[in-house]
Amino acid sequence: MSSRASILNSIKAIALEEKTLPELPSFGISEEIVTAFKRSIEGNKGEIMSEMEFLDWLSESSWAKVYSAVLAYASASNLVLPKDPHDLEDLNLAILEGQFGVAENGAIWLDDRQLPHRAIPFITEHLVIVLKKSRLFPTLHQAYEEIGNEFSGFGLFIAGPSKTADIEQSLVIGAHGAKSLRVVLV
Amino acid sequence: MSHPQAATEFLKDQAKAKWHDETLWFVRDKRDRISKTIPEWEDLRNLASQIKENVLSKLDVYLEEYEKKALQNGIQVHWAKDAEEHNQIVLSILQKQQCTAIVKSKSILTEECHLNPYLEKNGIEVVDTDLGERIVQFLNQPPSHIVLPAIHLKKGEISELFHEKLHTEKGNEDPAYLTHAARLHLREKFLNAKVAITGVNFAVAETGEFVVCTNEGNADMGVHLADVHIACMGIEKIIPRRKDLGVFLRLLARSATGQPVTNYNSHFRSPSAGKEIHVILVDNGRTAQLARDKFRNSLKCIRCGACMNTCPIYRRSGGFSYGSTVPGPIGSILSPGLDMKKYSTLPFASTLCGSCSDVCPVKINIHEQLYEWRQEITKTHGELGKGLSMKLANGIFKSPLAYKISGNLMRTALKTLPKSLIYHPINSWGKGRNLPETPQESFKEWYQKNRK
Repeated sequence: MSSRASILNSIKAIALEEKTLPELPSFGISEEIVTAFKRSIEGNKGEIMSEMEFLDWLSESSWAKVYSAVLAYASASNLVLPKDPHDLEDLNLAILEGQFGVAENGAIWLDDRQLPHRAIPFITEHLVIVLKKSRLFPTLHQAYEEIGNEFSGFGLFIAGPSKTADIEQSLVIGAHGAKSLRVVLV
Repeated sequence: MSHPQAATEFLKDQAKAKWHDETLWFVRDKRDRISKTIPEWEDLRNLASQIKENVLSKLDVYLEEYEKKALQNGIQVHWAKDAEEHNQIVLSILQKQQCTAIVKSKSILTEECHLNPYLEKNGIEVVDTDLGERIVQFLNQPPSHIVLPAIHLKKGEISELFHEKLHTEKGNEDPAYLTHAARLHLREKFLNAKVAITGVNFAVAETGEFVVCTNEGNADMGVHLADVHIACMGIEKIIPRRKDLGVFLRLLARSATGQPVTNYNSHFRSPSAGKEIHVILVDNGRTAQLARDKFRNSLKCIRCGACMNTCPIYRRSGGFSYGSTVPGPIGSILSPGLDMKKYSTLPFASTLCGSCSDVCPVKINIHEQLYEWRQEITKTHGELGKGLSMKLANGIFKSPLAYKISGNLMRTALKTLPKSLIYHPINSWGKGRNLPETPQESFKEWYQKNRK
């Protein structure tokens, strides 16, 4: 007998009475949604910027390699997207668009449509996500309602920069992935 | 080694043991504070528990549904009845890819299966990429905690280790400096690995996708640069619906580390063009546990580690004292199901205070199951040397005169006997514990004097 059959048969042999799968209520938050989102991102060691602040910051910085997947800031790109994500190893800054954000925890949803390579938000040294203020939801419950049955090969909630506390519980930002996350609320 | 013996080792370095205790309590405290900011916290725990109970009551149905959807999405699905078969499947995928070096993000299941030594024996270089896991891997140690793998180490030790392995400055103990050195070291590994292995936090039957949560981004760095992604999961990781993720992701990180969500929560549904995703569904004792009425719902566990952080025994004895892949309270109810003899002391490594059950996000009655295991173990392996003293106590408590005489005797004896006789090696209660000061009189005598 295959392991598949043997595993499934041993489960079927236990013959348990089915327990009810609960319906999920839609919980909300009491705080104003933009305020809560900002607080969450900052708590996760990210930074919130207005479009003006972002453009100022961008013009003052001099990154060697910048890639923008956001059409509005395409002029910031100074490279052609390579076929192989390994070639993005020395990418300094990536600008991506977020589909929506979650106020309770700062999580921002992106899927294959926002990610020309799935590796981009991780391999880049610094990450900027552009997000519409009108696209904020209170909690993850509304977020999953929004995603619904949308099909994407890969989808991801990003809530902050790469971080670790594995050495004596001291928080260090920039473990393997992006060393910073800036969220531009437009 | 039994839990008490191993705990004695841990407690030899008292300053470190105290630090360990306080640090984990700090994490527990963070969990408390953030859970209080969610008014519906208890509702979420109830929902999570009910969802998991539903899953366990029809696990076969969900597994088949998951497999069907995953196959439709272009994911290759494998089934392994035990650790050995799991390891063989991984090796066969690697051999097909002619791959001799892999990166692996945190997966307690692969620890449980002892995948690393198996692959190394077969000539594969395995690099654990979670910082804590890389640290313990350098030391040839297993993780001592499922969420905080290197919590038993101080930065001085890590600094020395990195000086030896990564040629960092001698004596530089700055966590940011050390983490940066690991970043450079591991980046090179990420860029060169053709195959990446991850664990699975949740697999959704309805969609065939699976979710991996990290703060470091190491799982994603590995899989998106590799050609092949192997995801290893226990069969109990299934949840029915995508929207159930809302409940579990709200609970997981808050329970684990007191943060609102992990910084990266990746949903894998189908491989990108030209790449492969393999999922290995592993039993390894889970169907046996599912068949045990009293212990079934230990399979609801989502591996947040909250029960470890709160446990007075875990905090004061360290993860290694359990000698099992999953330590702490949850490990002590899972492990005896795998090998009751080997893990016979674990259910006794508890005060039965119930704090583990109180913090559990999926409401596993951990302390009640610990008590149940004690009874199973006592039935199978005898009374563990308590038989004689229990019989003696039974005689004393039955007769009021015997009780009175022995009480008087004990009060005098405990005051006058040399310490070596009270804290002798056979009296296991005397190890690491001091008797309270003996009262001058019995309660009965006190009551007779003070009743007016």
